[in-house]
Amino acid sequence: MTQVRDLTAAQAADAVRDGKLSATELFDAYRDAAAADELNAYLYVAEEPNVSGGDLHGVPLAVKDLFCTKGVISQSGSKILEGYKPPYTATVVENLEKAGAPLLGKTNQDEFAMGSSNENSAFGPVQNPWDRERVPGGSSGGSAAAVAAGTAPWALGTDTGGSIRQPAAMCGIVGLKPTYGAVSRFGMIAFASSLDQAGPLTRDVTDAALLLGHMVSKDPCDATSIGRPDEIALPRSHKLDGIRLGRPDDLSTEGVEPGVMEAYERTLKLAEDLGATIETCHLPHADHGISAYYVIAPAEASSNLARFDGVRYGLRSNGGDLLSMYTHTRHDGFGAEVKRRIMLGTYALSSGYYDAYYGRAQRVRTLIATDFKQAFENVDFVVTPTAPTTAFKIGELADDPLAMYLNDYFTVPMSLAGIPAISIPNGLSDGRPTGFQLAGPAFSESRILDAAYALEQAIGFDGSPARG
Amino acid sequence: MIDREQVLHVARLARLELSEDEVGRMTTELSKILDHIEKIGELDLEGVPPTSHVVEVTGALRADVPRPSLPREVAFENAPDIADDGFRVPSPQAHA
Repeated sequence: MTQVRDLTAAQAADAVRDGKLSATELFDAYRDAAAADELNAYLYVAEEPNVSGGDLHGVPLAVKDLFCTKGVISQSGSKILEGYKPPYTATVVENLEKAGAPLLGKTNQDEFAMGSSNENSAFGPVQNPWDRERVPGGSSGGSAAAVAAGTAPWALGTDTGGSIRQPAAMCGIVGLKPTYGAVSRFGMIAFASSLDQAGPLTRDVTDAALLLGHMVSKDPCDATSIGRPDEIALPRSHKLDGIRLGRPDDLSTEGVEPGVMEAYERTLKLAEDLGATIETCHLPHADHGISAYYVIAPAEASSNLARFDGVRYGLRSNGGDLLSMYTHTRHDGFGAEVKRRIMLGTYALSSGYYDAYYGRAQRVRTLIATDFKQAFENVDFVVTPTAPTTAFKIGELADDPLAMYLNDYFTVPMSLAGIPAISIPNGLSDGRPTGFQLAGPAFSESRILDAAYALEQAIGFDGSPARG
Repeated sequence: MIDREQVLHVARLARLELSEDEVGRMTTELSKILDHIEKIGELDLEGVPPTSHVVEVTGALRADVPRPSLPREVAFENAPDIADDGFRVPSPQAHA
């Protein structure tokens, strides 16, 4: 069975299409592997495939818990949604099911996608398949660990400030955050609505292109979905001739692990060998990204999470009158990080502080988006390490929320600007995966995938050690 | 900086019960995070418009055509307590 699971998702789809592999055999191999998962990556594993055929030929899909799946428990990693079985399926999951990707299982995540380590899950931390004492990154940690460990051919995650790209980097796989609006958010349990986007976590760049191509749609249920880019071509380019890569000189490399920096420099050299030029670019306000993000995202979260009140679904803790029922339910149902963000967001939106925090942060967001627009007048892509460090030990940053937030330093600016960005495996530092991030202008997904593919071939990363 | 009184005030606004221990931790942690966030106070933002939506969308409104909504019984399936075709909640006033 290991042989079946050695195939990438695109290879498996081809094998089924050509009659060399049966879709049933493929599903069974992954179901058995997912059911035997020892990393705590899965919260649910399906017994039978719910769809077949289509362009994706029955290649099963692991889905982050926060996507609503009809009749299948969806809790966004939180105790407050205990036992919640949604009456509908998220549009993006539905799109992929229509394309022939059956639901393989639901994956563990940081509660409400708030975290960079998957330690904030009500279901306990996920282990990194490269080193089980370490985190897989977050918040899409279960999806990333499942793909890296080979218990899923590919997976869906969501990215608000780095939650696809950072775990992809820490697990040695590919993760792509599309342009804001490319993919419908309907049926995604919301964290920060102006930032949240769904995206693929895959073993290689080709699989990311294949999956994303079937995710994009204009959805009447999400007014912010645009249905662009129109078509995602499978990447083929082996060269980077004429491509200008922008290396931002305004982002601090102070907290970056030396091995991560070495891998980044090495790949820039490889890019030059492939025909690219490396140019310095300026993102003068990107350094303030974390500050703006940790106002905007918690502010939106505090509003989105107001709906969890013990009335219509999930947990209810009784405490006498109605108000006590609300406050007790929320006390018992939310974890520490979620409470922290609700408090931060409520404070930032409260009378007397709104202008100083939320108003200012929204203006900084404008400056960061403008920085990128100006940078893309001179370069094709902005390139950075994905995360400042490789995977840290479980518990290592648990008592220092601010240090945890700084993990998003290189990924948050793109989220604030709403632009697409990919993380590809970039070799190892001290035996642990590092990531290389490419970001491009809005709706440049196909070009990003092409460039990432050329780099992927040149880097030649071997992800098989994690698959044991 | 945020003090204990402010933490309790914000918790009330957020309808969040906090234990004594949580109030203490929240005060320390939020202060540290806010100190970092306050760096954006150094920027000159005069004349910079705020961004609430990053991608330009026009004509996002759909046609206002009635369509079936979630059937009532389906909407009730996840409810902790229902009565008389509605969600039942404790009384707004505490009983003696």
